[in-house]
Amino acid sequence: MEYTEIMVRYGELSTKGKNRRSFIDRLAFNTREVLHDFEQVIVKAQRDRMHIQLHGADSQQVMDRLQQVFGIQNFSPSIRVERDLESVKQTALAMIKEQFQPGMTFKINTRRSDHDFKLDTNQMNDLLGGYILDNLPGIQVKMKDPDLILRVEIRKNGIFLSGKTIQGAGGLPVGTAGKGLLMISGGIDSPVAGYLALKRGVDLEMVHFFSPPYTSEQALHKAQELTAKLALFGGSIKFIQVPFTEIQETVKHDVPEGYLMTVQRRFMLRLAAAIAQKRDALAIFNGESLGQVASQTLESMVAINDVTSLPILRPVVSLDKNEIIEIAEKIGTFDLSVMPFEDCCTIFAPPAPKTKPRLDRAREYESRLDVSGLMERALAGIKITEIKADEKFLTEEQPAFSEFL
Amino acid sequence: MIYFDNSATTKIAPAVLTTYEQVSKKVWGNPSSLHDLGEQAYGLLEQSRQQIADLLGVQADEIYFTSGGTEGDNWVIKGTAIEKHIYGKHIIASSVEHPAVLNSLAQLEKLGFEVTYLPVDQTGHVSPVDLAKAIRSDTILVSIMAVNNEVGAIQPQLEIAEILKKYPKIHYHIDAVQGIGKGIQSMIMNDRVDFVTFSGHKFHAPRGIGIMYKRRVRKIAPLMSGGGQEKNLRSGTENLPAIAAMARALRLLKENETEKVQQQAAIKKYLHDQLIKYPKVTMFSQVDQTFAPHILCFTIDGVRGETIVHAFEAQQIYISTTSACSSKKHVISGTLHAMKIPEKIATSAIRVSLDENNTMAEAHQFMQVFDQLYHRFAKINS
Repeated sequence: MEYTEIMVRYGELSTKGKNRRSFIDRLAFNTREVLHDFEQVIVKAQRDRMHIQLHGADSQQVMDRLQQVFGIQNFSPSIRVERDLESVKQTALAMIKEQFQPGMTFKINTRRSDHDFKLDTNQMNDLLGGYILDNLPGIQVKMKDPDLILRVEIRKNGIFLSGKTIQGAGGLPVGTAGKGLLMISGGIDSPVAGYLALKRGVDLEMVHFFSPPYTSEQALHKAQELTAKLALFGGSIKFIQVPFTEIQETVKHDVPEGYLMTVQRRFMLRLAAAIAQKRDALAIFNGESLGQVASQTLESMVAINDVTSLPILRPVVSLDKNEIIEIAEKIGTFDLSVMPFEDCCTIFAPPAPKTKPRLDRAREYESRLDVSGLMERALAGIKITEIKADEKFLTEEQPAFSEFL
Repeated sequence: MIYFDNSATTKIAPAVLTTYEQVSKKVWGNPSSLHDLGEQAYGLLEQSRQQIADLLGVQADEIYFTSGGTEGDNWVIKGTAIEKHIYGKHIIASSVEHPAVLNSLAQLEKLGFEVTYLPVDQTGHVSPVDLAKAIRSDTILVSIMAVNNEVGAIQPQLEIAEILKKYPKIHYHIDAVQGIGKGIQSMIMNDRVDFVTFSGHKFHAPRGIGIMYKRRVRKIAPLMSGGGQEKNLRSGTENLPAIAAMARALRLLKENETEKVQQQAAIKKYLHDQLIKYPKVTMFSQVDQTFAPHILCFTIDGVRGETIVHAFEAQQIYISTTSACSSKKHVISGTLHAMKIPEKIATSAIRVSLDENNTMAEAHQFMQVFDQLYHRFAKINS
């Protein structure tokens, strides 16, 4: 079917009272961002529905993207026809025929936003239902729970028909729950944590620590590409890369091995908090899962959290690794995450980190370092870029080969 | 100039040469290096491997790069012998294999391996019945070429595969150096075959590069030990410009393969039908499904093959005495000998081998020259 428009129904929005308009505007903004490369598509957000006019864009590709946008409950691809009964009948029949299997039941569900139209909803239902009954042998009408529902919407600018409803991602539009920072490493957990934060409407920015030459360009590209995957759920995302080499070298050199990890993490969190403050973020998200590695014990969290009073939110804290992997596979980050590049969390991992570090010890070892100088220099080297939905970073040099082969 | 010696080597295609040159200039990193130049080279290496695998209808991890047909044959035979000698020391091959196979087997025989050389019939074909009879409980390898390089006989690989299905442990190797791009891929890449070897310069790629297909589940020992390239099975820095060039050559070869094969077959049929009109011509290659579309082997009785080659050369027409590999050794053709062709006739054998660039006009011109030469030699001999 050559669809002309996709009608989107909102999710939890109906409960949001006075904030409704801002939720809808945000969802429309996010939708446009996610569809940024479909130039002819027009997104119109109205009070109760959003209409996405395709103008020739591939409806399947657009729907694949829409299915991932948080804040969309479900949507229906539809066809616009002229306000002329003959063309409505033909199109209605074609749409039903496309899905019809012997023994199926159907009903017509008409809505009128244009009350001046010559037929009212019941007359329209009768007319189309009768036409389909006459022209499709074997089909039956059923009012309660039919197999097929053909929705007909009469508007001033035409009549819109749609025959199916596709589930959306649910959740809240990204950006309606305030801004947060996600510490993204490149592993499996942090992108999943980011996905769950986005789902509840948090406007995320990524903080990525990189330590050249200990970590490679590919590790950085991997984190950027993971960000591009997450951008599919709500629109483009700011990527903040923080140079971490000097801190890692200093910590490695001056801190006893058992506390290396703890102090390193304290620095990461301190940097994230400083960035959050500058950028008006209200919370820090990360991919810590309780008990998964040595640094992810409650004792360790106490020793690390010490450096800031911002909320540190850990969406995957109580998930098992298998559950995290399941989500990572579903959201398309798993294959990227398992690519074998060293990241800043693994590069100086001591063989036996303290699983129960003591806060006073951590503070004491750290007090021997020039914390403010290290922080200042790292913050001065920050680079911020904007990453769009599904942008590629790891494979950019590949297409050049086609001329050779 | 007319080049009718494509079974010896083909001319590198201009586009393929461009790839070789451009890759040498632009993607010169070592695929094993960690930096981005290495990463880039690795990317091209793996894309080339994928393209070749796709064109052959196999998986990328089943493709290994070698230095050519000779290395591929040596590797499969000796690699199997090393890997499987504890299970048995018996190998079966045809008596008309390429020297790369026969001489590898001769070396193994000195080490205590036993080889059964299957005879061929008067047309140069092995018999599946003979093969079935030769199989023993200690047989570890069967190696049969796809297309005989001297007379063009296509060996019955599908029937051999059928027999070998009953012996799933035996390694089955096809030397397909002469068989690629000749419309018989489905026979070569059949579902029982374990190893197939190819050589780049037989299909307009550079020399010094080749392909070995190895079915995933099969094991052979490496002959090249070293840095662990090619999954530890064929060490040595990958010859990336040649590999990429070969990937392109194979793609070009496969474009409109059917039409190209038909064209070669039509030229071959024309030459065949013209040549057999001459009473002193003995034809060894036939025009049917059991012969490749590009090889024609024949003699003019009483005239040494070498003489005919030089006589054509004077007219800038390039052909060959049977195989290029043996032509300078003044030995008679192994294939014709195995076909029980009397030595006196066999020493006269010459080979015309075509590719997709040859035209019917060239064939007409060839026949004009042939006619003059025939009458000249007939006069001298009589």
